[in-house]
Amino acid sequence: MTLWQIVLLASIACLALKFAGYLVPSSVLEKPAAARTANLVTVALLAALIAVQTVSTGTALVVDARVPAVALAAVLFALRVPFVVVVIAAAAAAAVLRLLGWAA
Amino acid sequence: MAARASVADRDPLRAATRSGVAVGVATAAYGVSFGALSVAAGLDIWQTCVLSLVMFTGGSQYAIVGVIASGGLAAGPAGIAGAALLGARNVLYGIRVKPMIGGGFWRKTAAAMLTIDETTAVSTAQPTLAAQRRGFWVTGLVVYLGWNLTTLVGALLGDALGDVRQYGLDAAAGAAFLGLLWPRLRELQPVAVAIGAAVVATALVPVLPAGLPVLLAAAVAVVVGMFDLFAVRAAALDAEEEPT
Repeated sequence: MTLWQIVLLASIACLALKFAGYLVPSSVLEKPAAARTANLVTVALLAALIAVQTVSTGTALVVDARVPAVALAAVLFALRVPFVVVVIAAAAAAAVLRLLGWAA
Repeated sequence: MAARASVADRDPLRAATRSGVAVGVATAAYGVSFGALSVAAGLDIWQTCVLSLVMFTGGSQYAIVGVIASGGLAAGPAGIAGAALLGARNVLYGIRVKPMIGGGFWRKTAAAMLTIDETTAVSTAQPTLAAQRRGFWVTGLVVYLGWNLTTLVGALLGDALGDVRQYGLDAAAGAAFLGLLWPRLRELQPVAVAIGAAVVATALVPVLPAGLPVLLAAAVAVVVGMFDLFAVRAAALDAEEEPT
């Protein structure tokens, strides 16, 4: 697969899903197990992505400046700091730790 | 007089516009980090912009770029599957906002493209139908224009910056996902799923190709959702209070 094929296929798939919501009858959501599972899949994917993006490089587990940076983000989200500020603070924390040589 | 809207009628509209603009600007601001990360992952500027123009759903965009960054072209299929699974929540959003959009084919088509976390959150939070509609379109247009503009800026910057790790942008992706996850952790069930999925994905990283650990972690949600594990049992109480 070329990078363009990957980009276009994934984009079309996500766009098609958006349209699907306007085409399926609302009764789909009346089954509680379906709605509940769909919401939980989003939670599971986001949590898995956080874990993988924070502690892995390729197929190796790596603990570096990302771990304290994401931990800082969690604290700031708990304190209801706005989204953009948290993302910038996390990046800055990782950058500073690397600059000081305290973390890889 | 029906033609002159009272203050009470206009205020919800103004409030909807305000929150739409605020959420839109805040969301658009981190398009810069997406653009830079995407270029760092090996996509060119055009591919990066196509993701923001057509896919236009931040979580899926970060997901596919992250998978390609760690697994390269070989991880393509897993990346596509991950982006689509994460984008599946937009189906639920479409079902929810469809009744407030109204109009014909073209308006629904435009609305479908703009159906994401932010437009659904702002519109469903408004008190009247007119305000819901206003909130949806203001948020959608501000996010769409801003997100695409900042994606381009980020891609151009990322090209010039070189190693994005130096600026901590690799940590920004984890923080951005955490921001999407945080509002969903209000009950025990999603918290249990989040912890379970994170543990499963981390444990599978050394043994599976990039992208697959995240997909398999979704199985945790399917098991918990189907059997309704970790749910707080409120149904029995509700039944007792029901008037006869």
